[in-house]
Order: sequence, then C-alpha cells, then structure tokens
Amino acid sequence: MQPILEMRDITKTFPGVKALTNVNLSVMPAEIHAIVGENGAGKSTLMKVLSGVYPDGTFTGKIMFEGKEQKFSAISDSEDIGIIIIHQELALVPLLSIAENLFLGHETAKMGVINWYEAFARTKELLAKVGLNESPDTLITNIGTGKQQLVEIAKALNKKVKLLILDEPTSSLNEKDSDALLELLMGFRSQGISSILITHKLNEVTKVADRITVIRDGSTIDTMDCSDGTVDEDRIIRAMVGRELSDRYPPRHATIGQPVLEVKDWSVYHPHHAERHTIKGVNLTVNAGEVVGIAGLMGAGRTEFAMSLFGRSWGQKITGSVKLHGKEVDVSTIPRAVDAGLAYVTEDRKTYGLVLIDHIKHNITLANLEDVSKKGVIDDIRELQVANGYRRDLGIRSSSVFQKTGNLSGGNQQKVVLSKWLFSGPDVLILDEPTRGIDVGAKYEIYGIINKLAEAGKAVIVISSEMPELLGMSDRIYVMNEGRFVAEMPVAEASQEAIMRAIMRS
Amino acid sequence: MAQATETSRDKIDILHFVKANIRDYALLISLLIIMAYFQYSTNGTLFMPVNMTNIILQNSYIVIMALGMLLIIVAGHIDLSVGSVSGFIGAVAAVFMVQWKWDPVISVVICLALGALIGALQGYFVAFYRIPAFIVTLAGMLVFKGLALTVLGGASVGPFPKEFQLLSSGYVPDFTTFQLFGQPFNVLAMLIGVIVTALIIRANVKERSNQLQHSMAEEPSMIFLGRNILIAIGFLGFTYLMARYRGLPNVLIVMFALIVLFTFITTRTTFGRRIYALGGNEKAAKLSGINTERLILLTFTIMGALAGLAGLIFAARLNVATPKAGLGFELDVIAACFIGGAATTGGVGKVVGAVIGAFLMGVMNNGMSIMGIGIDLQQVIKGVVLMLAVFLDVYYKQKAG
Repeated sequence: MQPILEMRDITKTFPGVKALTNVNLSVMPAEIHAIVGENGAGKSTLMKVLSGVYPDGTFTGKIMFEGKEQKFSAISDSEDIGIIIIHQELALVPLLSIAENLFLGHETAKMGVINWYEAFARTKELLAKVGLNESPDTLITNIGTGKQQLVEIAKALNKKVKLLILDEPTSSLNEKDSDALLELLMGFRSQGISSILITHKLNEVTKVADRITVIRDGSTIDTMDCSDGTVDEDRIIRAMVGRELSDRYPPRHATIGQPVLEVKDWSVYHPHHAERHTIKGVNLTVNAGEVVGIAGLMGAGRTEFAMSLFGRSWGQKITGSVKLHGKEVDVSTIPRAVDAGLAYVTEDRKTYGLVLIDHIKHNITLANLEDVSKKGVIDDIRELQVANGYRRDLGIRSSSVFQKTGNLSGGNQQKVVLSKWLFSGPDVLILDEPTRGIDVGAKYEIYGIINKLAEAGKAVIVISSEMPELLGMSDRIYVMNEGRFVAEMPVAEASQEAIMRAIMRS
Repeated sequence: MAQATETSRDKIDILHFVKANIRDYALLISLLIIMAYFQYSTNGTLFMPVNMTNIILQNSYIVIMALGMLLIIVAGHIDLSVGSVSGFIGAVAAVFMVQWKWDPVISVVICLALGALIGALQGYFVAFYRIPAFIVTLAGMLVFKGLALTVLGGASVGPFPKEFQLLSSGYVPDFTTFQLFGQPFNVLAMLIGVIVTALIIRANVKERSNQLQHSMAEEPSMIFLGRNILIAIGFLGFTYLMARYRGLPNVLIVMFALIVLFTFITTRTTFGRRIYALGGNEKAAKLSGINTERLILLTFTIMGALAGLAGLIFAARLNVATPKAGLGFELDVIAACFIGGAATTGGVGKVVGAVIGAFLMGVMNNGMSIMGIGIDLQQVIKGVVLMLAVFLDVYYKQKAG
C-alpha cells in the first residue's frame, strides 16, 4: 500500500542551529502514527514544516501527499488538501459559541450574510461525530478543556480532514477525557482517516499507535511497528533519551519527621458563584521529609484547594485553620503565605509562573528580592551568584542566566520556577502538575529535585493527574473528589485501581 | 596568526553585541543624526548656547513627566491625564500665590502633594477596582481640564512672585566673572559638568570592573570605551554650551537629579524590579508574593506628583497660569516613552530611552520651528516619526523571532 504522507530527507536550519537533519516520516492510510521525542527534539518543527508554517524553500527535502509532491507556501495550502493540525494551545475564541468557532473563517454564508440555520444543523452533525453532547450556541469559555479539544477536532472534520495532527492533545486532559479522545482517533482510523499523535504519554502511544517514530536531536532514530509485539515503553524511552533509564523514579532517602503543615476544616466557595461550595472541609497533614500526593480527576478541586491555601489566591469565604510546625499561622495574603514558609508551583508555568520576557536571573529572585537587596537596593553581584548557583544545582540548560525564560524548553522553565521557590526558603512546597508537558529526561531530573527537597526535611505536596507519577513519587496519597478528601492511603497500599475505586465509591 | 583570529573574533563579538542591542543604539544614533541635520539646516542655530538652553527649558516638563510615564507604561498601564493634571496644578499654584498671596515654598509643597493625591486617586481605581487605566485617566483628563478652567475662572492668572519664577527662569549663579572670547563664561557650570562627567565615568568603570570580576560583562571593551568617550564628549560639550550662555538653569538641575533617581529606581531597586515583573506577567508577579495593587497605586502616585511638578515648571516659565496650559502634553510624554523603546504590552522600557525620546521630539520641535516649518506640517512629521520608531521596534523584534 502507498503511504498517504511521505516526508523525505527534511532538513531545516535556523540561524546557528540545525533543527532537523534528514528526517524521514511516512504515514500509511488509516494509521495512527505516534511521534515521540524529548522536548526540543524537533517534533514541533517537523509539524510546522508539514503544515506549511515554514513555507517551501525555507527547508530542504520533499513532502509527498497521496503520491504527489506538495509545496506549501502557507498553512491554508496544507489545510486545503486535508492536513489539519491541532495545536497544544487551542485556537478557539472563548467568548464565541461552539457553532461560531466551528465555522470561523469558513462561515456558511452567502455574500457575507451568515445562514445560522445551516450552521447550527451542521454543527450538530459534527458534534455528534466527535461524541460531544453540547448545544451549538454554548460559549467555548463555558465548556472544559476536554470538550474544547473535541470542538477543535470537529472543526478539523468540517475541513474534510485526511490527516489529523494532534500536538499533545491529552496533556491537559484527565484520564477519562484522554481515553475518550483516543477512542475517537481509533474511530477515525476505521473510517480511513490517518492521525499523527505527538505526545509524552507513552501508555497512550502503546495503546493506540500502529507505528511509532522516535525523533532525537533533530533526526529520526527509529520507526517501530507495534504489530510485531516487540514495542514496549522501555524500548521507546531508550530510543528517546539514547540511554537506559533504569528506574523512572529515582530512590529517595528521606526520614519522615514531625508534622510541618496541618490544615483543618478547610472550606472554600467559588470566587464568582458564591453559592458553589468548592472545597468542603479538607483536613491535611504533611510531615517533614514527606512527599504527599493528591490524586483526583480534573475538576476535583485540587488546584483550587492549593491556591486557596496559598494566600487565598483562589475563592472566597475561606474558613479553616493552618498550622506550621504546630503553630497557627496567617496565610491570608500571598506575601504572608510566602513569609510563613509556603511555596506554590503552579500548574501553568507560562501564565502564572514566569515572566517570559525576562531572563532567568530576574525570574529566580522574584519571590525573594529581600534576600538579594539591602534597603530596597538590589545587590547585582549577589543576585547573579544566587542565580548561577541554582542554574548549576538544578541543571538549567541555557547559554547563561541572562537567557529569556520564554526561550527555554518546558523542563528548563519548570526548573526556573522551582529555583524561584527554593530561593524563597519554604518549609512547605506545593507542586501542581510539576511535570506537565515535560519530556522523560527532564521529568527524571525534576523527580530528583523533589527527592532532594524531601531529604532536606521539607514537606512536599504533589498534585498530579498522572497516577504512575503519584504512585512513584509519594509516601502517602490523598484522593480528592468533588471538593473532599475521600481517601488517604500510604503508597504501599495504593494502586491506580485503589485510587479509582475511592473516587468512584465516593 | 593567533592574534589575527583573536581580533576577528572580537569583531564578531562587537557586531553580535551591536545587533543584540540595536534598539538602544538606533535611538541614540537617530537623535545624533537629527541634531546634525538641524544644525546644518538651521545654519548652526541649533547648537548656539542660547538655543541649547531653550531646548532644555522647553522640554524639561515633558522629560520629567516621561519619567513617571515610563514606570506606568512598564507596569502595563497608561496615563492620559498628565497634561490636564499639570495644567490644573499650575492653575491651583496661581490661585495660591497670586490670588491668595501664599508663600511660594508652601504653595509648591501643597501643589506637589495635591498632584500625588490626584495620581493616587486614579491609581486606586486602576489597582483595586481593575478599571482600565485608559478609562480612568481619560475621565481624569476631562475632569482636571474642566477643574483648571473652573479654578482660573476662564482667565489667565499671573504674574507669579519672583522666587517662584526662579524655578524656571533662574540659573545656578557663578562665583567668578570669568570671560571667554570676550563673553561671560560660567565657570561653575563647566566645573559641575566636569565633575558629573568624572562621576559617571567612574561609576561606569567601577561597574565594569565588578562585572569583569564576576565574568558577567557582556559589552565588548571597545564598545565600552567608545560609549564612555561619547558620554564625556556629550556632557562636556553640553555644559560648555550652557556655560557660554548663562550657566545651568535650575530646572536642568531638577531634571537631571530626577533622571538619575529614576534610572536608579528602575535598574537597582526592588521596587523597580517588581514594576517590570508586574508589567511582564501580572499573574506570575502576584503569585510570587508581590503586592501588585500597592505597586500600581504607587506608580500612579509618583506620576501625579511629577505631573504636578511639570505643571509648576510650565507655569513658572510662562509666568502665568492659563486654562490652556498642559493641553496635549500627555501625547508628547507618551510618544517619548514609546519612541524610547517602551512596549505597549508592558514589562519593557528604559528611563534613558524615554529621556532620549523626549529630547528627540524636543529637538525636532525646536529645529522645525527655527526652519519656519508650519505647526501643521510639524505635527505630521512628529506623527510619522512616532510611527516609524514603533514600527522599527516591532519589525526588529519579529525578525529576532
């Protein structure tokens, strides 16, 4: 059978760097083809070449689609022949309805006048195809990320897609939504639509992919055929990082001590809907040297709980008590929470964690400028020493501490955010999805940092939607569902099934 | 051979550095080119001592307000009310000193406090109620324009007491009666010029050696040397010109002190750093424990006080408070910041940029007036320059990726 897509010897250079070197990729009709690789390996660049973001002539090599050579000069060219890319950051307009978003730029209009009856009818058809049960006039902002993802796919279907490219589609989805999305891709496969799936989640890859192409340092390392039964996660990881990762979770040698953080009867209401009781009386204890995981589905209230605890940065009508080292403390504003010894590493580092236009040095000291200044005057030399120290200790890969954080890879950005909070000298660190969107190698490093923190006697709370990560990293796990802690288990007794059971039974 | 590769690498370093900092140099070079052009086209009038002094006097209030505006723009906001506020404060000052015969010093203090209060009031709505600064200060612009009219009763009020006029028309008196080329030459001014130049270069050298010690010097040594020579020529030449007229105007001293203060605030203090963080990513700044509301309030308060000071200087210069004072100042002030490289999105901008931006506009105003270009065409040219400056900024940023 002839491949639907062939990319031959693609080489793309940016001033000073070779991003892709002779990359080859072929996708068969009705195939789910996974592309994996560490961040910065060149996956996104390759997809930008394929979709015409980098027009013909800015790279060398050939793109064959359905047996014909293609030269794209813009994204619209690749869309016209049925190659649709869905980016990690969704391109939907939040305050427009589903129907309006679906037909944005391709309105069902005559002479510029929109036929809403037709638009709505076709929207319903498309939504049914992706299994989304929402009214066409629902605003995008009112539906969750999982459903927004489905709207994006419906949009692709509307454009007569032949090859669907999904860039990290499940990174912000919970397990249930992820599964639904993967099911959908398998459904498309049976209808003859091919997909390229870019993801860091190897369990998904092994679950749905027919073939897997591994990219490392801008070159194709291997294309594996899943049907021959020799492909497993370890083999993929080996190809991705070019070395053995004997254990995905480094060992920890921490002694668990006295309680550091004790939260009692924590109760929070939604900031905009005062009647919505979001956190309903949560009790939590974290001891020195302990890593405590909080498991739960998307929307269980984990982030909301963490943010409300951290200087009431979320919610209203907050009640409950917080003790640090046995003494009640005031954490009613963020500065007070920081002073008391709390640190919160947000799940969305680009929006809430970093000043992307500023460099590493300024980001690292931002939460604790007092320690690099006297009477409000910053000591440049001391600040530089601090920043260089963290760059070295945490292994932030950059040309210097004067590199803009916006130009760093996800893993290195996360290390900068961690540095910032380590420098604030906290006793308690709350890490919200600390490895989201980070490649395997950098994940391992982040786990190592978490271990060092615990070994230094800090109390660490990890919120994560990836259950293997929670099971691998925590000493104890709280299970959260609908604003309550519904179970607490030492990691020895915990398993994915036990956690899911606790959620389902509550 | 080894030497040859060494120098060629140095060249690459210099080129690389200039490329990375092209925005800063482009601005300074444009100012120099514009000055050279007007010097030529006005047959040497531009650099005449009396004209240089005039340029300072005419632009001091714009420069002073641009300092506060830079903080506000870096914080991610805007203040459209500064022209009206400065006009209003000038009017209030006239009422105090001319109509009520208050002591000038007390009047000035009260006026500055009033300016700060007005800024704080506007900042309060921006910071705590999150009303866009554009709206709040647009309202402020109307309110204080109206209040200035009310306070003055629609007429001009003046003249001001002698002591107050000195704010704008006074010069630092000389201690000698030295003459150069048969003209009085202000030795004190020249002396101050030499001392300030020496201090600046000493500070630069100290910083440089500190940087070298910690291997964080990014600037190639040739550029460092060239920059300092340019600074020396600029400062000494400038004070020489001033000395040949009547010496250093009081306003210049005030303005220079403020420029130094604001450069220090923006580059060396935690307060300044936090403003850049606030403008760069407000949410991240807030979650880093920065009291963003108080910070916004403070920047607007500072802006208010500076607008007040500018209003006083302008009133003292005209020696009369008119209902039209301050009209359109906000446009020059905001333009100065954007020409100086501040980003509309916040988080980016330098004090020295805003100052050069203000003088660029000032020199163009002055040069075009001397050339006899009509006010109509002047506006067009200034508009085009603003557009061009921001366009180049955006263009180079996009190219840099």
